[in-house]
Amino acid sequence: MRIAVTGIGLVTALGAGAEANWGALSTGRSGIRHITRFDTTGMRATIAACVDFPEDEGRAFTTAARVERLGEMVIGEALAQAGLEGPFGGPLAIGMPPVEVEWPQRLSFGVNTYPELMAAAPTAMPLYEEFLFGGASTRLAERFGTTGVPQVVTTACASGGSAIQLAVEAIRRGEARKAIAAGSDASLQPETLIRFGLLQALSTRNDPPESASRPFTLTRDGFVMGDGAGALILEEEAHALERGATILGYVLGAGEAADTFHRTRSTPDGSAIVRCMQRALDDAGLTPADIGYINAHGTSTPENDKMEAQAIRMLFGEAPPPVSSTKSMIGHTLSAAGAIEAAICLLALRHQVLPPTINQDDVDTALGLDTVPVSRPHRFTAALSNSFGFGGQNVSVVLGAGPVT
Amino acid sequence: MKRPVAITGVGLASSQGEGRSAHAALLKGAAPVLDEVRFAPYPVHPLAPLPFDTTIPRREMRQMETWQRLGVYAAGLALDDAGLRDRVAEVDLIVAAGGGERDTALDEQILAVRPDEAGRHRMLMDGLRPTLFLAQLSNLLAGSISIVHNVAGSSRTLLGEEIAGAEAIRVQAARIAAGTSELGLVGGAFAGERFDQLLLYAFGGALQAGPWQPLPGRPGMVFGSAAAFLTLEPATTAASPLAVLSHIATDQGPAAGRPDRLAALFAGLPERSPGCLTISTACGAPGPTRDELAALGTTPDLFTADLVGHAVEAAFPMGLALGALAIAAGAPQVLVTGTGQWRGEAVALLEKPA
Repeated sequence: MRIAVTGIGLVTALGAGAEANWGALSTGRSGIRHITRFDTTGMRATIAACVDFPEDEGRAFTTAARVERLGEMVIGEALAQAGLEGPFGGPLAIGMPPVEVEWPQRLSFGVNTYPELMAAAPTAMPLYEEFLFGGASTRLAERFGTTGVPQVVTTACASGGSAIQLAVEAIRRGEARKAIAAGSDASLQPETLIRFGLLQALSTRNDPPESASRPFTLTRDGFVMGDGAGALILEEEAHALERGATILGYVLGAGEAADTFHRTRSTPDGSAIVRCMQRALDDAGLTPADIGYINAHGTSTPENDKMEAQAIRMLFGEAPPPVSSTKSMIGHTLSAAGAIEAAICLLALRHQVLPPTINQDDVDTALGLDTVPVSRPHRFTAALSNSFGFGGQNVSVVLGAGPVT
Repeated sequence: MKRPVAITGVGLASSQGEGRSAHAALLKGAAPVLDEVRFAPYPVHPLAPLPFDTTIPRREMRQMETWQRLGVYAAGLALDDAGLRDRVAEVDLIVAAGGGERDTALDEQILAVRPDEAGRHRMLMDGLRPTLFLAQLSNLLAGSISIVHNVAGSSRTLLGEEIAGAEAIRVQAARIAAGTSELGLVGGAFAGERFDQLLLYAFGGALQAGPWQPLPGRPGMVFGSAAAFLTLEPATTAASPLAVLSHIATDQGPAAGRPDRLAALFAGLPERSPGCLTISTACGAPGPTRDELAALGTTPDLFTADLVGHAVEAAFPMGLALGALAIAAGAPQVLVTGTGQWRGEAVALLEKPA
């Protein structure tokens, strides 16, 4: 059974809408800028790929609320493209970050201790509903009329890929003929930026912001956080054909492999990443030679890019297909990255154009990759999208071109 | 392909101790272990002292707080119970998770000083332990299980309070039934003795304040620190199945439709035999608990929340694990039910292995 994609939704720092994003990505624009939604005085990283909203003026627009808003935007866009109105009638699988009460809310009670906060708390039903882990997904599920329990998956930076995998599996098992697979992230709030900074995971090349995310270069020094969301409408191919929907492409397969080595580093021999990509190819029934493009996890951290390049060469040989990291333009959208980057692969397949890795002025040639410094036309029928999370959770998704129209 | 699925091992830890025998004893009913002082006005069922350091290396312990240690420990108990240590490389893992501990002492310092925005950020930058983030990330319980126990198949973490625990088991059982997985480890952990955690749920107004009372008469939730992991295998190839998971179904929707959805879930159950034991994982929040008991029609034989406290993501796995122990002790059939404090409903049926 092939899984067709009939709708795509995207929001990133480059804008709202799949085609708007494609236009910016394929011309190598960066969405990374100085953070304005909170005070970054004294912070080492002061840049991000921000998706700001009018509510940011009030400074209390939380990760939870922004995740929900971004999710609503992309699912709405994808459903409209798929020509599906009203209650969707299939499951929702969505990658989302863990959320928690933030400082403006914690301070709003005007008390100094947790016991005092708890004494004040039973009056705060809106905060409870906002910060429940099942809160945002439930409101999205009810807004779009999805069926069953929304599968809110977190595998850190692989969450969007895991969501696609959960949705594909539900369709293959016959639980549904169509599903929404999405990822939405807006972890960019002060405490999370500080936490990633303390792990020394972030780029501190704050000026100019657009040159900070530079995957596969000698001077890469960390990732840049990004807000964003992506959604795919997935259907059993026969279901899409029966209702006369336009097939935009296919999810041909997915694979995952847990790494047992370390919380933030890959097994030094790259075997877990190789196993992950191999499983995705096996699931798709393809060989490495069938893959015409790899959208890398490519975070721009020294460690990730080295390990990923090594693993790609182990599996694909010394002349692997072109590899780009669109995180160079949209930052690392964390839980949304897998969904956003799968969507970018589908757009690249439709346009037969490779999106670039920008900022390639000092390429780390030891990595042995064609990193696509400038966007270019390319004939290909299948692409691989990699997503690797803290905690050793690796997911790869194989995307295929739609029928020639 | 639809293969029957068996529960082949359980890993349990709670206020009542750890392991099979301590929890099998609860099937006859047991007095709760309570701490009604530390988090007053909210009583909690405190975690029994557990020898985490016997299975978790010291350098790994330092990367975790109680929530992850508890879950990693219980996952290890399940692998041991099922005798699956030599097959960890192929284990598919699904964890139902909340989040890890905040540094509440630092929070209270900031609350007391009330600096401006930049000053607050400075206190966080200076005060937060860098690796605490890894103890907080929801998927790092699964990550820590993989690192400590070498579990190297797939790894997924579902969020969403109580229903995430049931959905995790439903998904893993469906994968085994469909032939896309041969071996699963699934469950969750909940650390109830946490001010940051209690605060979020206190916002919802459904925590019971004041002296403990049993369900169903109690007006709210009483948390318990607990973890429950299950190993799932195809029933036909399982070496020593505890129970067959013959049915599991979940649903979710607006609260107003909950009675109808519960009725539909009950209508979808296979026929229940005489002597079927009923274990409810009802949370204690008034509306959901009332709807669950109305759908059941009879008072359940056991409330997991009375035995070990309400364990949110781990509540439904705990109910199924106790049910599997009941089958192993001779019960002909066990029905397990659960309703989320805010959203989600689940039912499961356990049978004797063939």
